Amino acid sequence: MHNVRAIYLKELRSYFNSPMAYIFLVVFAVVNGYFFTNTFFLINQSNMRALFNITPLVYLFFIPAISMSLVARERNLGTIELINTLPIKIHEFVIGKYLASVTLIVAGLAITLVHFFTLMKVGTNIDYGAAICGYFGLALVGAVYASAGTFASSVTDNQVVSFIIAVFIVIVFWLLDKMLIFVPSGLAGLIQFMSVDYHFTNLSRGVIDTRNLIYFGSVIGFFLFLTHRLIEIRKWK
Amino acid sequence: MINVENLSKNYGHIKAVKSISFEIGDGEIVGFLGPNGAGKSTTLKVLTGFLAPTAGSVFINGMNIIEEEQEIQKSIGYLPELNPLYTEMIVYDYLQFIASVRNLKGKQFSQSLGRVIEQCGLKGVLHRHIGNCSKGYKQRIGLAASMIHDPKILILDEPVSGLDPNQIVEIRELIKGLGKEKLVLISSHILQEIQATVDRIIIINKGKIVADGTSENLISNAQGKTTLSMEIANATKESVEEMKAVIPSVNLVSFSDAGDSSKVHLEYPLENDPRKDIFTYGVEKGWVILEMATTKSNLEDIFRNLTVTEVADA
Repeated sequence: MHNVRAIYLKELRSYFNSPMAYIFLVVFAVVNGYFFTNTFFLINQSNMRALFNITPLVYLFFIPAISMSLVARERNLGTIELINTLPIKIHEFVIGKYLASVTLIVAGLAITLVHFFTLMKVGTNIDYGAAICGYFGLALVGAVYASAGTFASSVTDNQVVSFIIAVFIVIVFWLLDKMLIFVPSGLAGLIQFMSVDYHFTNLSRGVIDTRNLIYFGSVIGFFLFLTHRLIEIRKWK
Repeated sequence: MINVENLSKNYGHIKAVKSISFEIGDGEIVGFLGPNGAGKSTTLKVLTGFLAPTAGSVFINGMNIIEEEQEIQKSIGYLPELNPLYTEMIVYDYLQFIASVRNLKGKQFSQSLGRVIEQCGLKGVLHRHIGNCSKGYKQRIGLAASMIHDPKILILDEPVSGLDPNQIVEIRELIKGLGKEKLVLISSHILQEIQATVDRIIIINKGKIVADGTSENLISNAQGKTTLSMEIANATKESVEEMKAVIPSVNLVSFSDAGDSSKVHLEYPLENDPRKDIFTYGVEKGWVILEMATTKSNLEDIFRNLTVTEVADA
C-alpha cells in the first residue's frame, strides 16, 4: 500500500511541478464556465443541467490530455525500468498513477463548484440532491475516461499516439448512446447499457442505482486490468 | 550471491544472450565487459527482474528471480544503462520517492539520505530540478537512488559512461569503497573504465561468455608469455641466436640492426624470469645493454582479440 501512495504522490508532484496541471485546471474552468454561464441565465432554471450537459463533452479532450503521459512517458524516459526493478508490483504502479489522474480531474471539478454557489445565490427551490448526485456522476465519468486513458497510455510509448487512442475510445463510449437509432432494436438495450451517458443521466437526475455504480466500477476495472497486462507482457517479450 | 545457470534471452528471433552461466560471491567486485550489443545490459535486466529469462535460471541469495522477484529486488540496487530519471522532479523529491518505495521513513530516511548525499557529493544540487543538473550530477543522482537502501547487491550498468576523467576517478573510488562489503557488478564496454576497480572480469561477446577471471589471470591465460625488448650496442646476430643454447626458455622474436645498436625482441614464459641470465650472457659476449624492458601484453589487446576473433568466427 505504501507503494501506491509513493507512486501517487510522485505523479501528483510531477503534474504540479510542470505547467501541465495549472494549464489543465485553468482551461478546464474557463471552458466549463463559458458554456455554463452562456446558457444558465437563458434557460432560467434553478439546476446545474447546463454544466452537467457540457462537462462530459469537455472531458472528451481534456482527460486524454492528462492521462496520455501516465505510462507512455515512463517508457519514453526509460524510467519504467527503474519502476519495474524497484520492489513495486505492477498493480500498485497502475493504481497509483490512475488515482493521481483522477485526483486532478476531481480538482478540476472542484473549481466548477463556483457555479454551484452562483446557483445557490440566485436560484430558488434548488434540488440539492440532484446537484450532488450530478457531481458524483461527473467524477465517475471522469474516472471511467481516465481508466481508458491510462490503458491508451500503456499501449504505446508515444504520448501523441496515446492521446489519439484515448480520444477515440472515449468518444466511442460517449457516442454509443447517441447512435441507438442506427442499431437493430435487439441490440439497442445492450448498446445503451454500454454507454457512459446513459448511466450518467440517471445519476444527474439524482438517482443512485447500483446498476450504474457497477457499470462504472467494472469499466474502470476492465481498463486497469488491461493496462496491467500490457505492462506485464513487455517483460516477457 | 548471484547464481546464473544457462541463462538465455531472446528478443523475438534475435538471441541476445545464449546460455551463459556464472556465479558471483558476496563482497566481490565484478566487471561485466563486452562490446556494444554483446548482451551485457540484457543480462543485467534479467538479473534485476526487468526482463524475464527465455530459458535458464537466475538465483539471487538463493531465491529464484521469477518466483520471488519482489524479495530479490529489495536487496538489489540498480543503476540502469543511460540512467533514466524524472527530469521534472527536484532531486530531494526524487530521492524521497525512492526511499518511500524502499520503506525508509522518518529517522531512517534522513540517515540514509545523509549517507548517500555524502557518498555521492549531492549537497549542492539537492533542491534543483534533475533536468537542470549536469550529466555528472545526474549520474550521481542515479547512483544515490540505487544505494539509498544500502543494498547487499549493487548492479551498475555503464555507470561511468560519458563522464569526464575526474568524475570517473571519483566514482571508481566510491565503488571500490563499496565493494568491501557488497557484491558489485559493473558493466562497461570500455576496459580502462573498470580495469582498476574490479577484482574479476567477465568478458561477454555475442551473447556468450568468452573469458572469466582476474585481470592477471586473463592476461597469462590468453598470452602466457612476456615480451622483452632490448637495445644493445656491440651485439652480433649470431651471438643473440646462440643464446637459445644457453638459456633454452628464451625465444628470439626479431633482430634488427639500427646502425650503432641493434633492437632485439625476445619472448619467455611468464613463470620463469630469465632476465638475470640474459644479462650475464650479454656481459660474457661483450654486449653493451642500452635498454631492457618487458612489455606485458595488456588486457586491452586480450579484450580485442577475444571479441574480434569471435566476430570472425561467427
